[in-house]
Amino acid sequence: MKYVLLFVETEEFERDLEAMGPAERDRAYQRVMEWMTTNADKIRGGNKLQGSETATTVRLGDGEPVITDGPFVEGKEVVSGYTEIEVADLDEALRMVKTWPGCPLIEIRPLEP
Amino acid sequence: MTRPAHDRLAGVVRDHAGQLAVALMRVTGDFATAEDLVQDAVLAALQHWPTEGIPEKPDAWLFTVAKRRALDGFRRADNYRAKLALLQWPVQPAEDERLQLIFTCCHPALSRPAQIALTLRVVCGLTTEQIARAFLVRETAIARRITRAKRKITDAGIPYRVPADDELASRLSEVLAVIYLLFNEGYLATTSAPQSRDLAEDADWLAGLLHQLMPTEPEVAGLLALIRLHRARAQARFGVDGALVLLPDQDRSLWDQQAIAEAIRLLTGAALRKRPGPYQLQAAIVACHAEAVRWEETDWEQIVLLYDMLLHLTPSPVTRLHRAIALRYTIGAQAAMAELDDLGSALGDYHLYHASRAELLRALGQPEQARAADQRALELTNNPAEQAILHQRLAWR
Repeated sequence: MKYVLLFVETEEFERDLEAMGPAERDRAYQRVMEWMTTNADKIRGGNKLQGSETATTVRLGDGEPVITDGPFVEGKEVVSGYTEIEVADLDEALRMVKTWPGCPLIEIRPLEP
Repeated sequence: MTRPAHDRLAGVVRDHAGQLAVALMRVTGDFATAEDLVQDAVLAALQHWPTEGIPEKPDAWLFTVAKRRALDGFRRADNYRAKLALLQWPVQPAEDERLQLIFTCCHPALSRPAQIALTLRVVCGLTTEQIARAFLVRETAIARRITRAKRKITDAGIPYRVPADDELASRLSEVLAVIYLLFNEGYLATTSAPQSRDLAEDADWLAGLLHQLMPTEPEVAGLLALIRLHRARAQARFGVDGALVLLPDQDRSLWDQQAIAEAIRLLTGAALRKRPGPYQLQAAIVACHAEAVRWEETDWEQIVLLYDMLLHLTPSPVTRLHRAIALRYTIGAQAAMAELDDLGSALGDYHLYHASRAELLRALGQPEQARAADQRALELTNNPAEQAILHQRLAWR
C-alpha cells in the first residue's frame, strides 16, 4: 500500500533547531539522511517544503478567488515536508515512522488506490 | 425469555461468532465483509433460536446462514463466490486465529470507542442494538462508529495479524485496556433488565480467551485474575433492595471463596514470570481485600506497598487517591487528608475524590464540610447506585 508521510514541525522543534550550533545541526541533518538511506527501498519520493511564511492560500467561492498570505490553518504545527512510501500495511508504515529522527509529529495518510 | 435462557443464548453466540469471523476472513480476506456476514448470522440466530431452540450444532447453523447471505450478496460482484460455494463447515483452522481478530479490532489507529464496539461485535458477537443499549448510546451512533472503523481498516491498511515481538507489549496493552474498560462499564452498571447484556461477563470471557491464547503473558493472567476477583464478590455488592453495599459493610460470606482461590492461583502463577505490571498489581490489591475474613483484618500495609509499586509503574492521580484512602488505615486520617488536599487540582471533577474527602472529613469530626463534599460528589456522578448511596449519607448524617 502507498502512504504519504506528512512531516509536521512544532514551534518548539523549530526553536530547538535554531538554538543548535552548526555542527550539531549538521549531525541532525545527517541522522535524517541516514534514515532516508535505510528506508530507501520503501521511499517513492517526497520533498522538504519551504517555511510556512512562504505559503499562499487561495479560497475559491462564488465570487473572485480570495488569495491570502500564509497557510490555510494558522497554527503552532505546520507541514514541513512529505514522503511517499510503499509498504505492506499500516503496521510497516508505523514501524518505519517510529525511528524518524526529525520533527516530532507525523501524519500517515493512505493514498487512494 | 428468562434470564438464564438469555445468558445461555448469548454464551453460545459468543463461543462461535469470533470463530465464524475468522473462517470468513480467511475466505474473503476482507475484514469488513466478514464482519457484516457475522452480524447477519448473529441477528438471524437471535431471531430464530429463542422460539426454535438452540440448534445442536450452532456453529454450523451460523455458518450456513452466513454462507447463504454471502452467496446472495456476492451474486453480482462475486470474487469470493466460487471460494465460498466450495466452503464446508467445519472449517478447521490450524490454530485459533481469534488472536488476529482481537488485535485488528484493538489496533491503536482506531479510536477507543471504535475498538470497543468492533471487539464486541466481531469477537463476542453482540449486535449493534445490544452495544448501544449497554453504553446508553443511540444505535445509529454505534452503527456509524462501526462503519467508519471498518472503512478505516480497509482504506488505511490496518493488518490482520498478531503483532511482531517488538510491538507486542504496546499492542497488548491496547487490548487489555479495551477489556478492562468493558469490564468497568459492566461492573458499574446497576440495571439488570433481562434483555440487557452483562458486559462484565463479556469482559471475563474475553480475558479468559486471551489467556488461553497467550498463556505466557503475565499481564493477561493479571487482568483475568482482577476481573474474576471482582466478580467473585458481586453477590455482596448489592443489598436486597438493589442498593450498592460498600466494601466495609459487605456480607463476606456471600463472596465466592472458590473463585477467589482460583483467581489468586492464577495471579501467583503469573507472578512467577517476574514481569510485574499494572493489572497484576491491581489484582494483588483486590486479592488483599478478598483474603481478609473481616474488614478489620485487611492488610493495609501490604495494600499501600502495592499502590506504591503501581504508582511507580503507572503514575496517576486516581491511583494516588486510592493509595491515600489506604493510608487512612496505616498512618491515619490526617495524613490521608493531606495527600487528598494535594490532589484537589487534578481530581476536582472526579466524584470519588469528593466522596473520599467526605469520608475522611467525617472521620476527622468535620460533618459540615463532609456534607458539602458529598453534595459535590453527588453533582458529579450519573451512576444511580452511587447517587443513591450519597443521598443516603446526606439524609442520615
